[in-house]
Amino acid sequence: MSIDLSQFHQVFFEESFEGLDIMENGLLVLTPNSYNSEEINTIFRAAHSIKGGAGTFGFQLVSDFTHVVETLLDQYRSETRTVSQVGIDLLLESVDVLRSLLDELQAGREPDLTQSVALKQSFETFLASTEPTANAPAINSEPEVSTASEDNSEITEKEIANNSESVSESDKGFWRISFIPSVDIVQTGNEPYRLLRELSELGQTTTVVFTDHIPDFPVLDPEHLYLYWQIDLHGDVQKEQIDEIFEWVVDDSTIEVQWISSSDSAVSEISSEQNVAELTANKELPSEPPVASIQANPTKIEMAENRAPSEITTEQAKVARPGPAATENQSIRVGIDKIDSLINMVGELVITQSMLGQIGNDFSIDKLQRLQEGLIQLEQNTREMQETVMRIRMVPISFTFSRFPRLVRDIAKKLDKQIRLELIGENTELDKTVMEKIGDPLVHMVRNSMDHGIETPEQRIKAGKKAEGCLTLNAYHQGGYIVIEIVDDGKGIDPQVIRRKAIQKGLILESDEYSDQHLQELIFHPGLSTAETVSDLSGRGVGMDVVRRNIQELKGTVELDSKVGFGSTFRIKLPLTLSILDGQLVKLGEETFVLPLTSIIESIEVSPEQLSTVAGETDVIVLRDEYVPVIRLYEVFNIEPRNRNIFEGLVVVVESGSYKIGLHVDDLLAQQQVVIKSLDTNYRRVEGVSGATILGDGTVALILDIAGLLSIVGEQTLKSTSLTKAAS
Amino acid sequence: MSKILAADDSASMRQMVTFTLKGAGFDVVEAVDGVDALQKAKAESFDLVLSDVNMPNMNGIELVKNIRALPNYKFTPILMLTTESGTDRKMAGKEAGATGWIVKPFNPEQLLNTIKRVLD
Repeated sequence: MSIDLSQFHQVFFEESFEGLDIMENGLLVLTPNSYNSEEINTIFRAAHSIKGGAGTFGFQLVSDFTHVVETLLDQYRSETRTVSQVGIDLLLESVDVLRSLLDELQAGREPDLTQSVALKQSFETFLASTEPTANAPAINSEPEVSTASEDNSEITEKEIANNSESVSESDKGFWRISFIPSVDIVQTGNEPYRLLRELSELGQTTTVVFTDHIPDFPVLDPEHLYLYWQIDLHGDVQKEQIDEIFEWVVDDSTIEVQWISSSDSAVSEISSEQNVAELTANKELPSEPPVASIQANPTKIEMAENRAPSEITTEQAKVARPGPAATENQSIRVGIDKIDSLINMVGELVITQSMLGQIGNDFSIDKLQRLQEGLIQLEQNTREMQETVMRIRMVPISFTFSRFPRLVRDIAKKLDKQIRLELIGENTELDKTVMEKIGDPLVHMVRNSMDHGIETPEQRIKAGKKAEGCLTLNAYHQGGYIVIEIVDDGKGIDPQVIRRKAIQKGLILESDEYSDQHLQELIFHPGLSTAETVSDLSGRGVGMDVVRRNIQELKGTVELDSKVGFGSTFRIKLPLTLSILDGQLVKLGEETFVLPLTSIIESIEVSPEQLSTVAGETDVIVLRDEYVPVIRLYEVFNIEPRNRNIFEGLVVVVESGSYKIGLHVDDLLAQQQVVIKSLDTNYRRVEGVSGATILGDGTVALILDIAGLLSIVGEQTLKSTSLTKAAS
Repeated sequence: MSKILAADDSASMRQMVTFTLKGAGFDVVEAVDGVDALQKAKAESFDLVLSDVNMPNMNGIELVKNIRALPNYKFTPILMLTTESGTDRKMAGKEAGATGWIVKPFNPEQLLNTIKRVLD
């Protein structure tokens, strides 16, 4: 029987990554010179599982590396070594190395071993350098040493030495095994007859059972075993094979294994004075176990009867074996309650369907009422099912948050700052894809807050604050959105510094007047970095604009709220899912388009006095205090509209980032939820279009991508117009 | 068909063990830790128990002790799955009442061979 172990790899990788997270979080809690037994045990278990799994599934290098990690953890666990900062750092580093090793292996690449080899060496040096405290028991790394009958080793060792070479010549002798089990051997689940069965599988056996230890009936304990055996084993057998059979019972039983050469007269010495019952056996010897053994273990008989021989039909084997799993497949772990609720929902749907089916089969107008009720129920079922299916893709944000304790610790150390991280709302759920994509922007923003926001302890004390700064990550649901806040209690963003920078870079004019809020938001502008000195953490000027762009790609927004001296709050708002969108349908000629409802500010009929033209080509409308450029969608998509005149039809004002634009359309239709179908996979990427959907009547409508439209029309022109007027 | 209870906190190990044993015609019930295993052992009866040593909530040694103390498990084979080849851990398992052990890493064939040793 050969089983393809690669089918288990995916699960192994997943649980190993989880294990690494557990290790990392645990290590961050450990403090030098203290003993936190629960935490150390948790870390140890995680490392141990990774090592075990790696060994089992054929990732020897991971297993080897984890071994030294485990050794150190085991010393911590058994308190033979005190927890030190160096040790914690080494262990944290090992988490990184393991993560990258597993990453490579999962991707099917040959991992680069330089790092792991070097770190392993550091571990070994560390383990060797400071001797563990006294009384250290042997570390579990010792190779397996056969524990075979140390009490009797004198004879057996000699016997091996004398005979192991000649054993193969079976005609010259045989093994004589004396086996006196402990009386309670069956209470450990070890059955002597199974051991005898195994011996008989090695070669031809002659077994003698001795019954003289059986006590008188009144004192006989039915759960004890009073028999013992002498087995002569003929055949090409190594002593190790015999030892292996007795491996589990050797410590409680008296076992002697002797090589008797045929010239030896010992054969005749079989203790003839005792009550001897002789059983001759060949290969199938213990098919009938010794009678006494059964008596000693009455419950066993019953069990044996219940046990049908395990017949394996090939059919059964086939059923039990699923097809090999594709290793590259992404998978998601879903709570069983979510699946149950979905199954429940499907049940409801089936009932509704059959009810509607009945009405439809034999319809008359008096059943109209019931038909309507049925349809309402169907609508309800569908909506509930949609919500439940969506929930399946939802995972708690703790998966992303969990990387921050380590990150914050490392960065704070590097920056020489004292920073406490608070995580709030870790169980807030969001779509798995959204979560994966928000990770990097979040990291960037957290780094920024630590680097530029929170001050050094000296600066903080001078400003009358606690030396330790606080960084809070807070997640919560709001409507159909998840909001993630990154809050620091640092120095805030000084609008005047931004202003100087922006003027210096030519983004704004010296004479322009802006609100503080407006100036602060300029940090999302490409190419603006406010750091006085560029550090290796952030402040390379390729920061917040990229972050904003990433968030916009997820159909989200990011806002800033900062107060000089008190800190900043970045607020990211993301849709809970990427596959369903609240849309506004708009009509343009014969076509229907979908606008994301969240990006719409208002829709207006433009009057002539609102309109002016910039640079002779771009139409702009004056909306309260702002100039808003207008895009003629029919030009962008080259279709024939009903109204070319901007005063007819409507202008829908939408926003993307800090830009507002007007879209000239013929008419507004309904608002509805639409399921997003990817154009990339079904057709190809189209600029200005984020996807398509199928409407109730079966027609396809394109979903517009506001940010994409902006770039078509030219962000530069828009920038110049939208910045020309202050909001103050 | 022999019924086996397999306790391991690692999902991949459970998957591998279950797959191997089911393929060989055994009936398998999985448990994710010691507490789960003990509960399942009480709820139904098994012909064999396989238990990992390092598990959260209740470790394998405790589990063996607890299961062995149950009246219907007095003589049931219990095997520990252990990466710890150190004798002291094995002895702790034996003292708790384990029948024997299988040293990790093992492959499916080794697992089956060992299991067949303790089943009729």
